[in-house]
Amino acid sequence: MRLMTRFSVFSLARNAATGHRHWPRQWRSPEPRRSYDVVIVGGGGHGLATAYYLAREHGIGNVAVLEKGWLGGGNTGRNTTIVRSNYLWDESAALYELSLKLWESLSRELNYNVMFSQRGVLNLAHNLGDVRAGRRRAEANRLNGIDSHWLGPDGVAKVCPILNTSASLRYPVLGSTWQPRGGVARHDAVAWGYARAADKLGVDIIQNCEVTGIRRDGGAVTGVETTRGFIGAKKIGLVAAGHSSVLAEMAGLRLPIQSHPLQALVSEPIKPVLDTVVMSGAIHVYVSQSDKGELVIGAGIDGYNSYAQRGSFHIIEGQMAALVELFPIFARLRMLRSWGGIVDVCPDASPIISKTPVGGLYINAGWGTGGFKATPGSGFVFAHTVARDEPHPVNAPFSLARFTSGALIDEHGAAAVAH
Amino acid sequence: MLLIDCPWCGPRDEVEFRCGGQAHLARPADPMALDDRQWADYLFMRDNPKGPFAERWVHVAGCRRWFNLQRDTVTHRIIAVYPMGEQPPEPGS
Repeated sequence: MRLMTRFSVFSLARNAATGHRHWPRQWRSPEPRRSYDVVIVGGGGHGLATAYYLAREHGIGNVAVLEKGWLGGGNTGRNTTIVRSNYLWDESAALYELSLKLWESLSRELNYNVMFSQRGVLNLAHNLGDVRAGRRRAEANRLNGIDSHWLGPDGVAKVCPILNTSASLRYPVLGSTWQPRGGVARHDAVAWGYARAADKLGVDIIQNCEVTGIRRDGGAVTGVETTRGFIGAKKIGLVAAGHSSVLAEMAGLRLPIQSHPLQALVSEPIKPVLDTVVMSGAIHVYVSQSDKGELVIGAGIDGYNSYAQRGSFHIIEGQMAALVELFPIFARLRMLRSWGGIVDVCPDASPIISKTPVGGLYINAGWGTGGFKATPGSGFVFAHTVARDEPHPVNAPFSLARFTSGALIDEHGAAAVAH
Repeated sequence: MLLIDCPWCGPRDEVEFRCGGQAHLARPADPMALDDRQWADYLFMRDNPKGPFAERWVHVAGCRRWFNLQRDTVTHRIIAVYPMGEQPPEPGS
């Protein structure tokens, strides 16, 4: 059963003529088979991308993606959709720039409009430390071939005229890094686009199927216990964001990860006023405007561990204070809704994309607050790791073993705090 | 928003506190005797349960003292507050 139609101006016209009643389903909802070559646990963007690249790059189509809820219902649908690659360290720059390059051709490759909009990203500096770190990061980016620039306050005002660049601010804008190729994408479409493309290549996408155990024989995995029965697997990839520790524990692994709530909110929709992404690590808020006109606003995590997908109000209060300081014209906007996701935070604010001590078990976790931007690259290198049983050169530094060797990739602050 | 019952100051708003992470982690008596893996376990590896969790908090905007707190990470319900150096109360006690 392959129902997928190719999206084009012709299929759009044909379906418009029949009242859009005959669009086929985007992907199948198959019953799980008894076993697969690879089982991916987690049907968010990263898991679906992994399945897609396993099939496309490595010819492994006998793959299932198991999702306990619905596709993209976790952090994929809860983030603030920002994409950029201006990370300080070489290892991170390589990973996020690989992703950004994939983003640039993703809609065409998937034949699905992920609405990737390269509207540029500002990372503001408010004090001397920020200025030095920002300039250093921009120069480091340029050495890595990334389009990063340093702007003074006048340059910032030119890019974003509604931003308050007055010197009288409590924390004045002293400059900013500027990545023109950064931007935003439609997060649901990323999950749907990868799901549709993976399904076409034979991947089984199984929703409402929660993994409750990982079965092992000797030192290697043999499959997963799920709410829909046992499913055999030669290899298992854990791509479960906030629940990574819970899943790893099923295989007897302890991770250097803590799960925290990360909240975001949107305003009522307004006319287009903000055509770029503005982030401030120091007073801590980031904002962009969606195509619907809503401001999409985020900041930092709540300070305690949680699996509740909600946080405390004072976190929202803090980011709104920062927003209004930077954009006085937003002061009377009403906020429509807020929500939380559970992010898996690593001690060095870098992800783990790695083999594990358990045979056939691989983990892609620890993205913390910044995983969305990396969705395509993460899936690309994780698929390589699973298929070849060895890391891609780009994700080799992001191994679980780095916590033993001490070769951490410390992107706290260096990456402008807010991801 | 959490209402935290500081053992010395009584119930106060969460904004007065900072969470210091997992409680009851003992620094190894002889760090030099550990290999890299054991040291990494102590330094980086943490429990991250979905459910009851014992953690340390400090009342930064109050008495500035540390204490232990047992909290459910799904419901956010505070199960117990107890002084540093004590073990968490038995469930149901």
